[in-house]
Amino acid sequence: MDTNMNPTILLLTILFLSVMGFIMGKRRSYAVANDAGGISELHSRPTYYGSLTALWCAIPALIIFSFWLLFESRIITDLVISSLPDQLQNLPADRLNLIVNDIKNIVNGNIVSTDSNPSMVAAAEHYKKLNSLSHVSLTVIVIVVAIVAMLVIQRTINPKLRARNHVEKMIKYILIACSTIAIFTTIGIVLSVLYESIRFFKVIPLTDFLTGLEWSPQMAIRADQVGSSGSFGVVPVFMGTILISAIAMCVAVPIGLMSAIYLSEYANRTFRSIAKPLLEILAGIPTVVYGFFAALTVAPMIRDTGAFFWLDVSSESALAAGLVMGIMIIPFVSSLSDDVINAVPQSLRDGAYALGATKSETIRQVVVPAALPGIVGSVLLAVSRAIGETMIVVMAAGMSANLTVNPLKTVTTVTVQIVALLVGDQEFDSPKTLAAFALGLMLFIVTLILNVIALVVVRKYREQYE
Amino acid sequence: MIIEKERAELENKREFISKKEPLVSRENRKTVGHPIVENPRMTCRNVNVYYGDKHAIHDVTLDIGRNEVIAMIGPSGCGKSTFLRCLNRMNDTIDFCRVTGSISLDGKNIYDKDVDVVPLRAQVGMVFQKPNPFPKSIYENVAYGPKIHGLVQNRVETDEIVETSLKKAGLWEEVKDRLNQPGTSLSGGQQQRLCIARTIAVGPEVILMDEPCSALDPIATARIEDLIDELRGNFSIAIVTHSMQQASRVSQRTAYFHLGDLIEVGSTDQVFLNPLHQLTEDYVTGRFG
Repeated sequence: MDTNMNPTILLLTILFLSVMGFIMGKRRSYAVANDAGGISELHSRPTYYGSLTALWCAIPALIIFSFWLLFESRIITDLVISSLPDQLQNLPADRLNLIVNDIKNIVNGNIVSTDSNPSMVAAAEHYKKLNSLSHVSLTVIVIVVAIVAMLVIQRTINPKLRARNHVEKMIKYILIACSTIAIFTTIGIVLSVLYESIRFFKVIPLTDFLTGLEWSPQMAIRADQVGSSGSFGVVPVFMGTILISAIAMCVAVPIGLMSAIYLSEYANRTFRSIAKPLLEILAGIPTVVYGFFAALTVAPMIRDTGAFFWLDVSSESALAAGLVMGIMIIPFVSSLSDDVINAVPQSLRDGAYALGATKSETIRQVVVPAALPGIVGSVLLAVSRAIGETMIVVMAAGMSANLTVNPLKTVTTVTVQIVALLVGDQEFDSPKTLAAFALGLMLFIVTLILNVIALVVVRKYREQYE
Repeated sequence: MIIEKERAELENKREFISKKEPLVSRENRKTVGHPIVENPRMTCRNVNVYYGDKHAIHDVTLDIGRNEVIAMIGPSGCGKSTFLRCLNRMNDTIDFCRVTGSISLDGKNIYDKDVDVVPLRAQVGMVFQKPNPFPKSIYENVAYGPKIHGLVQNRVETDEIVETSLKKAGLWEEVKDRLNQPGTSLSGGQQQRLCIARTIAVGPEVILMDEPCSALDPIATARIEDLIDELRGNFSIAIVTHSMQQASRVSQRTAYFHLGDLIEVGSTDQVFLNPLHQLTEDYVTGRFG
């Protein structure tokens, strides 16, 4: 039974057919044009007739293909379950799930957890059969649809067919489809986080979560365990995020802004063309690299320096994480600010120079104020980035949720706690796990608000000088 | 219609003035007329400007008198704006621009090594083609220059200088109730008068204007032209313009530039009605340009 087609091969077949459609459509349009008395008689250029054929050949086939793959597994599973013996069918849902899993394992030739009984093997055979049947029919249907569409369009090609306009319209719909996918994915993520968070807030009241001063997300699996009640106060965790972000911004804003000013106002063209990409490389370093740089180099250095001055510094400190995060964010601030400063019209600088302002007066009193809303926008985007950053803080800031503003102490952040809650074995209905979604929701709301503020500020900026 | 009429009048006037001398031929690029005046405010001698390898201005000698408006006319790319920008060293901001020769303000060469460009630009102000008020309030726009030069010590003095400058620029009545609104909220003509007020506020001796009306409508243009005539009492003004009507309306002397050469300088009436050079006549009679 190896006649069924691999989905990848099928996809390539569709592509091939659509290329064929392009060639045939083009050829057909030439033939039609010759009958009508020359290529100038056609409404559109032959390429458009080819594209039209290719698009009609590929798109319906692709739509069928994707929907089929989406629902195939579900339908086949249901069919297999309904063919199982009655005593298996009447099992509770989670047991049934295990059995279906076993059947799938048998199909894939894996070792099965339970002894394989004959009814399971039969079900597996059934599953296999249905699966290959489904693939064969998918292959047939998709290829037939593609070819039929190709032939129909071939037929309709005539000099009056407005292929150019049709292609234009189809391109528009393809673009709409892509943006819709992006939007719905976002909505889907938000809704799922929201849904899980609501489940969390049913167990832990929202007010406790927002105002609690202690964070120790322990949940006993059995009632007689030690520390059976956890506390889910988000304040220390958020304080950690704010502290580290603040340190990061203290590093990134002055350095980023001043290098942006230097690059856009003082540096000559050659230096700028070398320095700007170099600075942007900072943004390309994986955060995990920054993370171990912070944990293995910066944090011990700070601890040793602190020890020299008789200061008590933890080996994992907010300062180490904040400093390294600040360096990571520099290119965000500098690159965006540089663009904004460059966008300030030369005429404003000329105006200031013509009044006898020096270069630094011009920059401080005219250029930067004019670019300020844009600079604020870039800083807010950088803040969003700092708040959401995970790897550096996981490695360098520590795990314990201390409610402190001392940068030399170890703190923890929202993102670190999400990682901590979801790593390892867990139950998906325990408040401990659900707390991760609540934290994620909080983080999402905060960064969303910051992004909205940034967008509004940037938009206002556009109206400044025109 | 109006232009047609003016041109007809010009032709009429020209008939009365009999031409004794034949015109200087097009090939001769030596300056004719009267580039040098008595007791000048600024003197330019043998000024050459290079943009990299390009020789943009060739050996220009020209005086700017006291309390006069001198118009610089000529086809696009003839170097009149470049020359104007030499007069307050605005060309310094362009890296590859080089100026030779001497340009003096009250007898002092402004290109000498010991000259500080900052006070120079306070003495020789500039108004640009496109109104460029700072994105600050109307008040701040005018107060900016005096503040950076330390001309004012306190709020009262600043208020005073803002008011007098705006009055001189003929803008006071229109904006006195909204000095705190942004300068960019004004109309184009008002913005340009604000820029003139800003320039006046630092007390310059010479004001350079680079096509100050080319972005404005005729009514705003007329107001600026009236203003230029009033300002002549206190300042020397050099104005670059594309409009020959404007040059003849506002200026006392006119300099005609052609492809980097200063072709002819003379009283405005003489240049427009009885040019000495063939190229000048070609331009003012509308044969090209």
